[in-house]
Amino acid sequence: MSNVVKNEIASHELPATPMDPAVMAKREEKIQVAMIGLCGCWGCTLSFLDMDAGLLSLLDKINISRASITDIKRIPKRCAIGFVEGGVANDENIETLEHFRENCDILISVGACAVWGGVPAMRNDVTLEACFKEAYIDSPTTVPGTKPVIPFHEDLPLITSKVYPCHEVVKMDYFLPGCPPEGEAIFKVLDDLVNGREIDLPTSINRYD
Amino acid sequence: MKTEITLDGKKIQAQIGKPLIDVASDHGVYIPSLCYMRGKPCLGTCRVCSVRVNGHVMASCTVPVYEGMEVEVDAPDLVDMRKALVEFLFVEGNHNCPSCEKSGRCELQAVGYETGMMVSRFPYRFPVRTRDHASKYIWLERDRCIFCQRCVEFIRDEETGQKIFSIDKRSTHSSIEIDVKLADKMTPKQVKRAADICPVGCIIDKDLGFNKPIGERKYEIKSIKERILKGKTNE
Repeated sequence: MSNVVKNEIASHELPATPMDPAVMAKREEKIQVAMIGLCGCWGCTLSFLDMDAGLLSLLDKINISRASITDIKRIPKRCAIGFVEGGVANDENIETLEHFRENCDILISVGACAVWGGVPAMRNDVTLEACFKEAYIDSPTTVPGTKPVIPFHEDLPLITSKVYPCHEVVKMDYFLPGCPPEGEAIFKVLDDLVNGREIDLPTSINRYD
Repeated sequence: MKTEITLDGKKIQAQIGKPLIDVASDHGVYIPSLCYMRGKPCLGTCRVCSVRVNGHVMASCTVPVYEGMEVEVDAPDLVDMRKALVEFLFVEGNHNCPSCEKSGRCELQAVGYETGMMVSRFPYRFPVRTRDHASKYIWLERDRCIFCQRCVEFIRDEETGQKIFSIDKRSTHSSIEIDVKLADKMTPKQVKRAADICPVGCIIDKDLGFNKPIGERKYEIKSIKERILKGKTNE
C-alpha cells in the first residue's frame, strides 16, 4: 500500500452550476429525504420509484436529497428521513451507513438485506476464504492458463467476514421487510412520517419476500 | 357439558375439556399457532399460542377448558411475548423468504405477518445445516425446520404405522431426519400431505415449487387469521 497523496477529486467536490435561488429557498423548507443502497440489488430503490403518483403527491412536502436517483454523493444538509437498502458486507458499506446515521434523524431499514442480511447473507455459512476461492480461484469461468487473482487494492472496499443487518452496525429506527417491499408499503411509511403519524404498516401489505 | 369462562374480560360459554385455542377461535379470538392443528392431538412444541390462564402463562393448545377459567389473550405483554417467540424462530434457523418455495403459503411467514413482526429483536444465528435430498419425492431443507413435530407425529407409514420423520439429537444439535426407505414408499397423496402440514418450507415436494404467481398464493388470497376464524382450520 502506498501513502502517496493521490491526485483525485470525488464527484461531490466538483464545481457545480448554482441553482436558481428561488428554487433553492423552496427546497430548503421541505423535509429532506435520502435513500442509499449498501449490499443489495437496488431493487428496493426501484420500489421507491414504484410509489409513482404517490411520490408526486409528496413532492410539495419533501425534497429528495442524496439518493441514486438524484446522483448526489454526500448528504448536503441534515435529513429528516433516511432509507437504507442492503446489508453490510464491506468497509465502504459501514462508512456510508455511519454517514447516514450521523446525518439523518430517522433511519429506516428497507428490504430483506437491510433487515437481516438477505441473499448476500447466504455466504454467512462459509468462510470468507472459501468464498473468495469459489469466486476467483476455483471459479468455472476462470480463463484456463491464467493465474487466478483475488482482487486486492487500496481503492477496493475490504470485504467483511460476514454479512450483517444494518441494525447490528448502527441504530435503525424502523424496519420495512420485503424483497423488495411494495412501492405502496414504502409510500405508507413515508406518508405516515411526513404527516407526523406513528408508522403503522397494515398486515395486508407487510411482506417478507 | 358447558361452563362459563372469561376470555379477555368477556364472559363466554365453553365446552368443558375442549382445547382453549379452539374455544377462542370459535369466539372470534385468533391465537397464532404453528404446531397445533384443529382435530389433531396437541403437540405443544411451538408455544406461539401462549396466553395467560388464571395468572399463569401457558400454551393455549395444551389447556382444556375448565370451570372458572380467566383467560387473557390480548394483554400487551402477551402480544409482545408471542411476537418474540415468532422472532426467535426466525433467527434460530435460516428463514430466507425471498428464496423459499414455500413463501406465500408458509405458516411461519403468515404468523409473522399476523404478529406484526418486521425484524427480529434477537441476533440472527445463521446456523449451518445440511440438506437431505436422498428421498425420491422429498427435499428436506433443514435450514427452515422449526421442530414443530407435526410430520413426526402425523405422517406415518401406511402399512406399519412407523414414523417416517424423526428428530435426532437435542437442543441446538437437533435435526429433522427422514427414513428414506419408508419415505420412498409414500404415496403422492401422502407426500403432498407431508409438505402441506409442514408449517415452513422444510418438507418440500420435489415436483412442486414456485407454482403460483405472487399475489395468488395461499395466504395472500386469505390471511391465516381469516382461515382459522372462519374456516376453523388453516387449510
